[in-house]
Amino acid sequence: MIDLDDTDRAILRALQQDGDLSAGALARRVGLSQPATWRRIRRLEEAGAVAGRRLVLDPAALGLGVTVFLGIKLAARGRVSLEDFERAIAAIPEVQEVDHVLGLYDYRLRVVARDLADFERVLRRRIMTLPGVGQIESNVLLSEERRPGPL
Amino acid sequence: MLDDIDRRLLRQLQSDPTLPITALAARARVSGQMAARRLERMRAAGILSGSRAVIGWRALGYEVEVSLRVTLDKTQRSAFDDFIAAAREVPEVVEIQTFLGRVDLRLSVIARDLGHYQQIWRSRILTLPHIADIEALMRVASVKNDPALPI
Repeated sequence: MIDLDDTDRAILRALQQDGDLSAGALARRVGLSQPATWRRIRRLEEAGAVAGRRLVLDPAALGLGVTVFLGIKLAARGRVSLEDFERAIAAIPEVQEVDHVLGLYDYRLRVVARDLADFERVLRRRIMTLPGVGQIESNVLLSEERRPGPL
Repeated sequence: MLDDIDRRLLRQLQSDPTLPITALAARARVSGQMAARRLERMRAAGILSGSRAVIGWRALGYEVEVSLRVTLDKTQRSAFDDFIAAAREVPEVVEIQTFLGRVDLRLSVIARDLGHYQQIWRSRILTLPHIADIEALMRVASVKNDPALPI
């Protein structure tokens, strides 16, 4: 685990908003020299505090108008191989996130599709056909915001 | 509309948003000038809007992640606005989504450990306004987390 000071937190907050900020621009913002800022970014990346960068795309402008969150409960527990299920579900390109969870469902999924008809195709042909899938609940995403978190 | 060149550029950029333009152009098999022009056009059209750093909360000591599925008391006309405004004030809430479905909202909450989670749950979550029902899914493992869109 890495310990952060206020400058590290300021760097993480700035990069969370704009991952393309240069070390120079970031240095001016946090009041350090450019090499010192660059060393801090490297340290944060190496420690895993910056886990990666994600491109910000508008899915609707790319023809992907629908995002659905699914809860999946496995039927016949113990008779299906969880590894096989996880490998098969992760291989579906429309499936962006799969979490193994504890609670009302066994898995939580985020699925993106062109429209509701396309989502239905993915659901029926790719997801419901997987061995072991029991109850499924779908909730269609209306809005989303990512918060900065405890920094 | 996007053509094959745009899609090739976006696919390469999705897998590595930090790629310098020359490397990106080479991987997408176009000239540097062409790549720069296409990216500029997609930025202007709002398809592409930079990148963001993804924070590795585990590396910062946050071991617990819980997905809270919330149903609101819709007899209160301002239920959504009040709830979302209050949820934004909780630092450990890292995502807020609204849905069309059985569930109205989802909060993604992180905590250092189960004791810390219990504290957030009691003092910050259960006190949020207009909750009719709330269910927790605790993440055991992330099977897939790939923000890349299938383009």
